[in-house]
Amino acid sequence: MDFGSINPVVLIASLMVAATPILLAAIGELVVEKAGVLNLGVEGMMIVGAVSGFAAAVTTGSPILGMLAAIVAGAAVSLIFALLTQVLMANQVASGLALTLFGLGFSALLGQSYVGIVPPRTEKLNFGFLSDLPVVGRILFGHDILVYVSLFLVAAVWYWLNYTRGGRVLRAVGENHDSAHALGYKVKRVRILAILFGGACAGLGGAYLSLVRVPQWTEGMTAGAGWIALALVVFASWKPWRVLAGAYLFGGIMVLQLNLQAAGYRIPVEYLAMSPYIITILVLVVMSSNRTRRTLAAPGSLGRSFHAAG
Amino acid sequence: MLRLERRPSPSKAWNYATPVVAVLLTMIAGGILFTILGKNPFEAIKLIFWDPLFSEQFAAYSRPQLLVKAGPLILIAVGLSIGFRAGIWNIGAEGQYIVGALCAAAVALAFYPAESVLVFPLMIVAGALGGWAWAMIPAILRTRFNTNEILVSLLLVYVAEKLLAAAATGFMRNPQGAGFPGSRNINQYASAANHEIFAGTGLHWGGVAAFVAVLFTYIMLQRHILGFQVQLAGQAPRAARFAGVAPARLVLMCMGISGAFAGMAGMFEVAGPARLISIDFNAGYGFTAIIVAFLGRLNPIGIVLAGLLLALTYIGGELAQFMLNLPAAAIQVFQGMLLFFLLALDVLSNYRVRLFLPQRATTETV
Repeated sequence: MDFGSINPVVLIASLMVAATPILLAAIGELVVEKAGVLNLGVEGMMIVGAVSGFAAAVTTGSPILGMLAAIVAGAAVSLIFALLTQVLMANQVASGLALTLFGLGFSALLGQSYVGIVPPRTEKLNFGFLSDLPVVGRILFGHDILVYVSLFLVAAVWYWLNYTRGGRVLRAVGENHDSAHALGYKVKRVRILAILFGGACAGLGGAYLSLVRVPQWTEGMTAGAGWIALALVVFASWKPWRVLAGAYLFGGIMVLQLNLQAAGYRIPVEYLAMSPYIITILVLVVMSSNRTRRTLAAPGSLGRSFHAAG
Repeated sequence: MLRLERRPSPSKAWNYATPVVAVLLTMIAGGILFTILGKNPFEAIKLIFWDPLFSEQFAAYSRPQLLVKAGPLILIAVGLSIGFRAGIWNIGAEGQYIVGALCAAAVALAFYPAESVLVFPLMIVAGALGGWAWAMIPAILRTRFNTNEILVSLLLVYVAEKLLAAAATGFMRNPQGAGFPGSRNINQYASAANHEIFAGTGLHWGGVAAFVAVLFTYIMLQRHILGFQVQLAGQAPRAARFAGVAPARLVLMCMGISGAFAGMAGMFEVAGPARLISIDFNAGYGFTAIIVAFLGRLNPIGIVLAGLLLALTYIGGELAQFMLNLPAAAIQVFQGMLLFFLLALDVLSNYRVRLFLPQRATTETV
């Protein structure tokens, strides 16, 4: 096949944009899972973020306000999940699914009057002459603010989880909630805060889709991005930097696939569009094959609900 | 101060009561939602839950629709419930439903236009096998490679949707369809069509299959060793291991049954109400069936009732869309809320809510 028509610099620059929504959602979910909670509602939180961010940006004319609204909206719907799983001890798998189903419907309802509208443009950050440098300028200094925010978040989460007291408490809660409780840590409070953080990140990721990446609002526009983000956390063995690597890998696949579609290769569009999902599955298989939870480094209490006896 | 106290065993009474209370709460919350949308809540609720069955104006059309919609929901949900009981989460029934329909349609189109009594049974087998095979992918990846079946089965839904689009616009497109997407009309091909069995009831072979599946599951869960193993694996995985339950076999069986049921549901749909393979063939039954399974408390008979109720919300939702200009998504929100309330109320069957007054608490513990 002829890849000659695809410019590698443009490819790298656009894969960073393509990867940002799943990167944001995945880094949020990583923190949630590190606290021992499996929130399968990422897709639902993302799409609610996508529509709220879009609506707020269109109404106020400011993409930044839109993104803030998406953060709030994502955290707000994740609060439902927190209430169900942490206060009412509901099954986490079922509650996460419920959140996704609800989010898909709720976003369609909110977004009705926003179909077909063009959102205000999110400007690229101005780095002056740096942006005009060959190769490096386009890749490092040619993006909008959220690309940098997502990179900063990865670094911040990595630092916070490994080098701060709060991060260690959160990991203790995720590894063994009974021991953490015995040590006097507030298991539920830590988990609820982690869930809210995950919701905020997913909401922001969704808004990036509807405001920058696409940019438009259509029903069900996340198209599985939330699930890919969940897979990414497993792929990354719950390590922030690997989430970044994984997200950019998937971003690359998505961009390449779209380029091939546009270039009009003889493979039908539908089969190319399948590839991100199939590759996600293949990567999951490779990552999890012949390993136990232990070597995979999954948090010990992941998915189990906690109720302090007595 | 309110405090939760774990019950030694789940409360039977609350187990039966929660679905009913959840439905009532959803109606109230739905009413509030409709008010916000600027509709009369009482009219909307009546239109959704009462008019499809009892109004003179609509019942003639919508009553048969109840069985048309409930058939696939019950068939899929009853299959899912077996796995859910064992803690095996097949959430990709939507994909298995699509692949089942594609396989069944492939059989029908391969025989077209030959008339034979064998075509219809062959399609059922093909549908079941298609759904089974699609479910085997996450099942085998789970048992062989320890891959999370939740993510794989869900991601395969998107793959199946793309496959459906490829079929409708490409390899299954009607050669006499003037280039429009969509296959031949299977419902008009006498040997393959899934017609109403009794005119005016809405009951087609899919409804019969759902009934058989409910019976099969009921007997399996109540009377067969497999049913016992499923329950055991769900409630006490370690004990199950000691009792000789092979976890891998259980995963293959639960995923396989649910996939086959979902595939069959797809087959009855494509040969019946949907009539042909089109890009928007799947209507979300595979996801709604998850709600049906939970609302029915993973119990075959409960699932029949839950399936009928959710079918009613589909039909009533369409009616409300038509009469009140209510958005289609409102009914999805409604179904999502139902699952929220259901999960929230489950706390009452597993825990006792105790009122503790700080100073009295010490004397009570004696």
